[in-house]
Parts: sequence; structure tokens; C-alpha cells
Amino acid sequence: MGSYIGKRLLAVIPIFLFATLLTFLLIHVSPVDPAEAYLTAAHIQPTDELLAQKRHEFGLDQPLLVQYAQTLMKMCRLDFGTSYVSNEPVWQEVVLRMPATIQLAFSSICLAILISVPIGFLAAVYKNSVFDHLSRLLAYFGASIPQFWLGYLLIFFFSVKLDLFPVQGRGSLAHLVLPSITLALGLIAIYSRLLRTSVLEQLQEPYVLYARTRGIKEKLLMSKHVLKIAISPMLTGLGMNMGKLLAGTIIVEEVFSWPGFGRYFIEAIFNRDIPVIQSYVFLAACLFIVCNLIVDLLQMYMDPRISWKGRTDH
Amino acid sequence: MIASIRTGLKSQKTVAVCSVILFVLFSLTILAPWISPHDPVEVNLALKLQSPTWEYPLGTDHLGRCNLSRLLHGAQVSLGFASLIFISSLLIGLLIGTFSGYKGGVIDLVLMRFCEGVMAFPSLVLILGLVGIFGPGLPQVVLAMVLVQWVYYARMFRGMVLGLKERNFITAARISGSSQWTIIRRHLIPNVLPPIIVMGTLEIGWAIMDIAAMSFLGLGIQPPAPEWGSMIHEGKSYIRSNPELMLYPGIMILIVVITFNVLGEALSDRFGVKRRF
Repeated sequence: MGSYIGKRLLAVIPIFLFATLLTFLLIHVSPVDPAEAYLTAAHIQPTDELLAQKRHEFGLDQPLLVQYAQTLMKMCRLDFGTSYVSNEPVWQEVVLRMPATIQLAFSSICLAILISVPIGFLAAVYKNSVFDHLSRLLAYFGASIPQFWLGYLLIFFFSVKLDLFPVQGRGSLAHLVLPSITLALGLIAIYSRLLRTSVLEQLQEPYVLYARTRGIKEKLLMSKHVLKIAISPMLTGLGMNMGKLLAGTIIVEEVFSWPGFGRYFIEAIFNRDIPVIQSYVFLAACLFIVCNLIVDLLQMYMDPRISWKGRTDH
Repeated sequence: MIASIRTGLKSQKTVAVCSVILFVLFSLTILAPWISPHDPVEVNLALKLQSPTWEYPLGTDHLGRCNLSRLLHGAQVSLGFASLIFISSLLIGLLIGTFSGYKGGVIDLVLMRFCEGVMAFPSLVLILGLVGIFGPGLPQVVLAMVLVQWVYYARMFRGMVLGLKERNFITAARISGSSQWTIIRRHLIPNVLPPIIVMGTLEIGWAIMDIAAMSFLGLGIQPPAPEWGSMIHEGKSYIRSNPELMLYPGIMILIVVITFNVLGEALSDRFGVKRRF
């Protein structure tokens, strides 16, 4: 088990390095000169002299490898540069906006799990029943509806027509309801289907037959044995869909004017605020990598057979 | 046996229905310039926010433009560019994936580490990052999406090729002196086609949603050109007085994406392909 954890942790290092490299290269595939972008964003007329000065300040006149090494060192110190627009350190701005995004993401994950576990489980137990068909319909719907449109539909029905929830902004718990539902529906679609499939798989296993012949109560068998194992693929799904969730927060924050990191990112794209764009992409990758790592380790904890097989295909 | 025949028939029926819907939609899209009642970008402020009439079957928007014409022309962007993105990333992925899997060795190692690296980023976030670097606009969005998507296809095809490479008929072809390219073209590619069809139907659905999301964020197609996502973006300001402005394009996206998803699932049942969702 220890060696598996060690291997898994070591495997993360090259991915991290690649993520830093790709983030670093982003700026060099850009058709715009960062120095020029900085001056434009700061409303300063770019002259040759100023451009050269800024380039020197950003270290752009150094060889690529030196620049990369410098960037790497800075990243280790959580220094992601200064925003061209506000002239504040990017990390400071990120810390300011992160809690709102985390709150939104966390509440949607909780909502998604709370709803999809019973739906997926019951759909599997009562396979081909009306409930199963309805849950399939919900899954199609949830997977096919554009998030931004769903957000406006909810605003239209619950805020404009029924006046139950505030339209936009962040503050009270009521503000959190509609954005969380918007973000959760897509996840519910995926998780409920994942759980249904994996419960159906488990029901084919010999241990279920054995437990039944031993006369274990169906309820106990389902809750204590089947569900416990069947939930494992859902965990993988959770890790794999982290990216989707992140992208979702960008859109949902935009729809509901939620003051989070995602909206800041979109603003940065419009302002060509390259350090902010870079740091968002990089931090998203870090989050993605770390979440998948945690999910893997959790799965190993729940199903020790994984470490025996020495799974390296991740 | 009977049950399997029944599901077989059912999936065949589903495939037929979905194909008809998509055929109608694609026909309408191609015929948009001839069948739309009005010019989609013609502004007529005297006629703004009108209810449906015979002349304007779905009413007009805040600039007096015909909603029906905008929907039809918007389909060209959504369906057309989604297909373009799918086909180009698929071709790049197919070429690099089969090549890498077939060659093996250092080339395979380097290419696949690169793919894994790209996959370490959440795809939509990376696409947005690239659009941020390239600047907003539809061509940039398409380029960014292709640049990120091909990696997933390449990984998939490489896996398939590795599975197929050791099979007897490939060995037989190699022994009988077929060249590498002949083997790839005549033996490997036909064998990986069914999963491509399944993935394709699902991926086009995703691509349509992603393009719409980009336009909604204001990064994709630029006004006044019509596109479903940007129509929702424009319609949202009139959510209180004229909710239909954002309802129509949303319903169109929903119909198209659901059809692609249902079709993808039915096809995968038919070909016996395992799918991600």
C-alpha cells in the first residue's frame, strides 16, 4: 500500500512540471507582446522606449530557459506576477475571490451527491420501472441543457415569476440556491447514471447471491454491502468531472454575477490580462491533479485490491 | 434472446427517429439563406420586440430583427462549426494516435506524455485560456477547441491500435508484405470506425454546447452575426418583458444536443461500444 501511494505521488511530479511548462508557453504562443498588452491595459501609449523597458522588467529579453526557470521559482513562492489592470499581485486577487467560488462548487457537489445517490440507487434497484425511465429522462436533460440557459430559466421562473430567490449577487443563503442548482444538474445527470450502472454490476456479483441465500435482509444487503462498493466509481467520476465543475463555475458565476474566481478569469480574457489568465489555467490544472490524486487514494482506501494490482494506468 | 431482439429493434427505432430529426435540422440549416423570411442582421427599430405575425412567425428581437431568420442562420454557425471542430480534431487525433500506437518506441512515449500533459488541464479551462491568449473571436475559439480536443482522440485511437496490433490478421498482412501505410489504411482504420461514429455523435453535441457557451460569454462569434449562444446573451436583458427571446435559441440547443446524445447512446448499444457517459 505504501509503495502504491509513493508511486502515485511520484507520478504527479512530471505532470505538475508539464503544467508549469504549458502555462509558461501560453504567453509565448500569444500573438500579443506582453509588454504591449501591459501598456494597453494600463492606458499608456506604447513607445519603443517604454516597450523595451517593460520587456526588460518582465525578463522577456532573457533566453527562454532562463525565463522558464525564473517563472518556476516564482510559482513556488506563489508569485504569479502582477495584474496588468489593477497592478496588484495576482495571488492576492485570487485569494480574495476564491472563497466565493469554493462555496459555490462545494454546495453544488453536496447537492449533486444528495440527489443523485438516491436517484441512481433506486433506478438500479427498480430497473425498467417508471422511476428508472424518469431518471433516464432527467439524465438526458441534465446532460444536454446548456448551463447558462438553465440559469436564466431558473431566474425567469423562480426570481421573475415567483419572486422566491434573488436574481443575482452573493450574500444570503437564498443567493446560493439557484446557482447551486444550475451547477448541480449536469453533475446529477452523470452521477446518477454512474451509480445506477455500478449498482447493477454489483448485483451480478456472487457475494450478493450468497448473502441472499444466507437470508440477509434485502435492505441491509443493499445499504451495507452493495451501495458501499458501488459508490466507488462515483468517486472517480467526481475527480474526473472536477474540470467540468470548474468550467461550470465560470459560466454560472457569469450568469448570476457571482463574485468569484471564474468571473475574474473572464474579465481577464477581455482585458488581455495575461498573468491572470495564466494563473487561472495553472491553478485549475493543480486543482484537477490534486483532486484526482485524492480520489485515487480514497478509492484505494475503500478498495485495497487496487494497490495489490499496482494500478499504474493513471 | 427475445429481449435482445427487442432492445435491438428499439435502438434501431431510436436511431431512425434521431436521424430524421437531425436530417431535418441539417437541411433547414443548409437551406437557411433561401427559406428564412428576412435578412437575419437587418435592423428595423420601428418593429422591435413584436409578437409573432404572419410576416414574422416568431416575432422580432430588440433591434427589430426577425427571430426565425436569426435562429435558422444561427444553426449554420452552431452545427457547422461543431462539425468542423469534430472532424478536424478527429482527423488529427486519428493520424497521430494510430501513428504513435503503430510505431511505438520513443515517438510513442513523447507523443503520449504530451497528450497526458494536456489532459492534466480541465479541457474547457484550457480552451478558455487559449482564447484568452489568442483573443476573442470565432476562428480563435475553433482553433483553441481543435488544439485541445485532438489529444483525447489520439489517446483513444492509440489504445485501439495497440489492441489490434497483435491480432492475427495484422500479422498476416505484415508477413504478406503490405507496407505500413497500407496496413494502417486498410486494416487498422476500418476496425476503429464504429467507436468513432459513437464518439462523434456525442462529441458534436458537446461541441455545440461549448461553442454556444463561448458565444454566450462574448468570446465566440461577434455581433451582429446570429448564433444561438449569443442570441441567449442578447435576450437575457429582456427576460422580464420578452422571455421568448432567450427561450427560442435555448430550446434549439436543447433539442439538437439531446438528439445527438440519444443517438450516440443508441448507436453504442448497437455497435456494443463502451462509452464514457
